[in-house]
Amino acid sequence: MFAERRNGSLRIAVASGKGGTGKTAVATNLAATLSSEGYRVVYADCDVEEPNGHIFLKPTIRSVERVGTPVPDVDLSRCNGCGKCGDICEFSAIVCMNGKVITFPELCHGCDGCILVCPENAIRETQREIGCIERGRRDGIEFIHGVLRVGEAMSAPLIRAVKQKLSDEDVAVIDAPPGTSCPVIETVRDTDFVLLVTEPTPFGLSDLRLAVEMVRALNLKLGVIINRCDIGNSGVRDYCAEQDIPLLLEIPDDREIARAYSRGQMAVEVAPSLKVAFAGLWERIVTRISSRNDE
Amino acid sequence: MKQLVVISGKGGTGKTSIVACFAALSQNRVLADCDVDAADLHLVMDARVRHRELFRSGKKASIVSEKCVDCGECERLCRLGAVIRNGDAKGKDSDSLHIDPIVCEGCGVCYHFCPADAIAFGETVSGEWFVSETRCGPMVHARLGIAQGNSGKLVSVVRSQARGLALKHGLDLIIIDGPPGIGCPVIASVTGTDLVLVVTEPTLSGVHDLERVRQLASHFRTRTVACINKCDLNPKMTAHIEEHCEETGMEVVGRIRYDKSVTLAQIAKTSVVEYSDSPISLEIRQMWEHIGAP
Repeated sequence: MFAERRNGSLRIAVASGKGGTGKTAVATNLAATLSSEGYRVVYADCDVEEPNGHIFLKPTIRSVERVGTPVPDVDLSRCNGCGKCGDICEFSAIVCMNGKVITFPELCHGCDGCILVCPENAIRETQREIGCIERGRRDGIEFIHGVLRVGEAMSAPLIRAVKQKLSDEDVAVIDAPPGTSCPVIETVRDTDFVLLVTEPTPFGLSDLRLAVEMVRALNLKLGVIINRCDIGNSGVRDYCAEQDIPLLLEIPDDREIARAYSRGQMAVEVAPSLKVAFAGLWERIVTRISSRNDE
Repeated sequence: MKQLVVISGKGGTGKTSIVACFAALSQNRVLADCDVDAADLHLVMDARVRHRELFRSGKKASIVSEKCVDCGECERLCRLGAVIRNGDAKGKDSDSLHIDPIVCEGCGVCYHFCPADAIAFGETVSGEWFVSETRCGPMVHARLGIAQGNSGKLVSVVRSQARGLALKHGLDLIIIDGPPGIGCPVIASVTGTDLVLVVTEPTLSGVHDLERVRQLASHFRTRTVACINKCDLNPKMTAHIEEHCEETGMEVVGRIRYDKSVTLAQIAKTSVVEYSDSPISLEIRQMWEHIGAP
């Protein structure tokens, strides 16, 4: 599948059901390791509600682009008040009351239904700003992230826009939001591999199960990383064994790494030996992607 | 009736562990787990499901292949790219049109404009919600279907069921475990509450996310207070957060140390305050007494 994409570049999504398990830590450390090994790497932060990768990669931002989503703009002088726009809209984003049309742009999914159905051509498409995309560079790493406007409910269109910026680097490491719902699906869709980061606790296991089901529903290859692997119980390991899910890396709980994280430093900066672990992780991912048999 | 919501912006700061403690420390309350795509509160509340209902929300389109004349109008009109040819619908006619149910957002444009009337468009089940009995009173929780959207609407269902239970049983407090982030399900969790507690941690990521979630809460003009979890991980950062909270008018109502008993309590399927009398339990008790009945 990946071989069909530009120059054989690989897209790896880093996701997790549960929040705070270490997605961003894994994604930034992996990107930094690959970059130091000579790969051309892009790190893309799709956790647009709370993007944090920039804290660790500290890129020099060189461009900011506003991102909008299409919404209807009604020319009331042409509107005949027929109400067809309100009838077709499944999201109550445009309603017609007593012949008067009102729009609720924040509910609009941008489907164009109202524009297509209007017999008077009274509706045109305009844009509503939902956030921005910032791009930059740090050493050899291309950096892209989306920042959702505070108060904005819809993150999927911004995530889509971030992913459209991915180009032909060797590897794209894509940082996903927590959870298993639409923003996560938008992020992991059409990637070559999904790394699920979890911790060995009951909450970690419960949310990992949901994340695995989600990734399997999308027909994507996956592997698991257990972070702070020595803090809890064996539930996650047992589950992975039982489900035949590859366990690709275990990272011990380390106060020094946690402190470095709190200051915005990557683990590979304070413990360079970890680069070996992340390089090994990468090898295992590549092996998994190249294996033709679907797991 | 008062509603307290616990949110965090950043995930994994300890929302659910703190909500479980509040549940144990309070009286006359209903619990509402609004993290509908990764719900965990039931794991430590000994929840026994007493009532379950399917969550029907939104519609999905599908192509009725017998009627389809293969004109491609749906493919041309769908702005989400949900209509695909030779998609991943394995075993089907390789050249025919399909709609990817995961991508389809249910706008119905294809259904309305299909010249052959070959699109089925119906309501879908996109999750399930539950009313459970726990040792700390009734709890409403939910599970969003795999790869489904509409989490904000499911949050609203959970909250309205919790309100209904509170009214029915004369309970005066709803404790809401919120989702991470600042998007649709968070907005649905915060709207109309009486007190927002933001759980943060002394890391740069925690600080960054705290500020965004504070801005979100300020849209609702609801009183917002903060709790710094794992405060001893980085005392300098904790001091910085306290300053920031003071500047922005957010009272710090709790400082909780890092303690392994949080994980041990989770493994024992209980809350920290019920699990141990260690200093962390006292800190959580003090925080609860401080915010009192909100």
